[in-house]
Amino acid sequence: MSAVSDTPLPASLAEIADDFRSASNDLKLQLLLEFSDELPALPERYAGRLDQLERVDECQSPLFLTVEVDDGDSPEQREVHLFFDAPAEAPTTRGFAGILHEGLDGLSAAEVLAVPDDAPMRFGLAEAVSPLRLRGMVAMLGRIKRQVRAKTAT
Amino acid sequence: MGRMTADPKISEYAHPERLVTTEWLAEQIEAGRLGGPDGIALLESDEDVLLYATGHIPGAVKIDWHVDLNDPVARDYVDGVGFAKVMGERGIRRDTTVVLYGDKSNWWAAYALWVFSLFGHDDVRLLDGGRAKWIAEGRELTRDVPTPTPVDYPVAERDDAPIRAFKDDVLAHLGKPLVDVRSPGEYSGELLHMPDYPQEGAMRGGHIPGAKSVPWARAANEDGSFKSRAELEAIYLTEQGLAPTDDVVAYCRIGERSSHTWFVLTHLLGFPSVRNYDGSWTEWGNAVRVPIEK
Repeated sequence: MSAVSDTPLPASLAEIADDFRSASNDLKLQLLLEFSDELPALPERYAGRLDQLERVDECQSPLFLTVEVDDGDSPEQREVHLFFDAPAEAPTTRGFAGILHEGLDGLSAAEVLAVPDDAPMRFGLAEAVSPLRLRGMVAMLGRIKRQVRAKTAT
Repeated sequence: MGRMTADPKISEYAHPERLVTTEWLAEQIEAGRLGGPDGIALLESDEDVLLYATGHIPGAVKIDWHVDLNDPVARDYVDGVGFAKVMGERGIRRDTTVVLYGDKSNWWAAYALWVFSLFGHDDVRLLDGGRAKWIAEGRELTRDVPTPTPVDYPVAERDDAPIRAFKDDVLAHLGKPLVDVRSPGEYSGELLHMPDYPQEGAMRGGHIPGAKSVPWARAANEDGSFKSRAELEAIYLTEQGLAPTDDVVAYCRIGERSSHTWFVLTHLLGFPSVRNYDGSWTEWGNAVRVPIEK
């Protein structure tokens, strides 16, 4: 396994990572399913308009996401909101999206951009779901950060 | 024959005992014939590691192609001891009837069935149409997870040679029939990975010299069930010119879609000598100095 960086996770994501890391493999899957079940549906303004979202091809099943960044004077003051769409038949992909939603939604743009790219490796999920499947979450995080970067560039 | 499907489509196949219908399975469940020491073992094998937990056919036990059937370190399957553990903890004996089903038109169920066959488990069948057909018919799903009583499953030596091909076997096979079951874009070399699966990429695109392009999905109906024997013969025999006496190797990217075609050729059309090359394009397209055709 590649070493993980020591850049800290934001508190909200660190809390989720701790829950996963301290769980048995069975419990990890159970937790991931809860995140899948609780992934919020798209709001009215995006429903049925997947062309307005970015498709993440690295997931084994199609996932669409988009990012909104509130107005503000600096990246520290601009709040980030995340929106995901993935079918019920892809609960693992939905679970990854659910973790990122719970851990990152509502943070500032600066905080989201500071999330280390290897954050998905810190949940102890590789053994429970296989490293191959985890690449989907790495790709989602990459797209989220890229969109935040683009939307806060001046 | 009481434990087989009396279905006109299925009885046409070379080995009708390898396939069951959703109706047959529902009857077995209704009659309480699942689980227990003499019962049928129903296993769900999905691409998505969580899908089983979102709801499955009542009485089904989960098996994961990656976590349960692959060696955790080497790119290979579990050994006889590992397989005995996987089966024993699911309450499966050597003579238990196993029915497999799963998502994605049974790719992963066919893959598991093929791995079970490497270990010589005799009575293993697929649910025609898999998970999607069961759901489309509005049949029951549950989140209740059965707790089978563990049994001792014997340690069986894995016998790869009859149905599994390695890279060297394929090199020695060049000139004899090969079936490439990937999408046309992967076959032509235009795509270096399957749409949606870029993590299974390769350094080189194209196909193994002489391979026929028969995408796996041509063997499936819209609802995920297998096409009839006559329709399958029209594709593999008439159109592609394969003969049941041929020695055939099938491959895809990692061996799961080609397990589906291996099942079609071996059990539905009765070819006695078909091997699945599970190294497939993720090995061949990354290997040094192997011949490639574009």
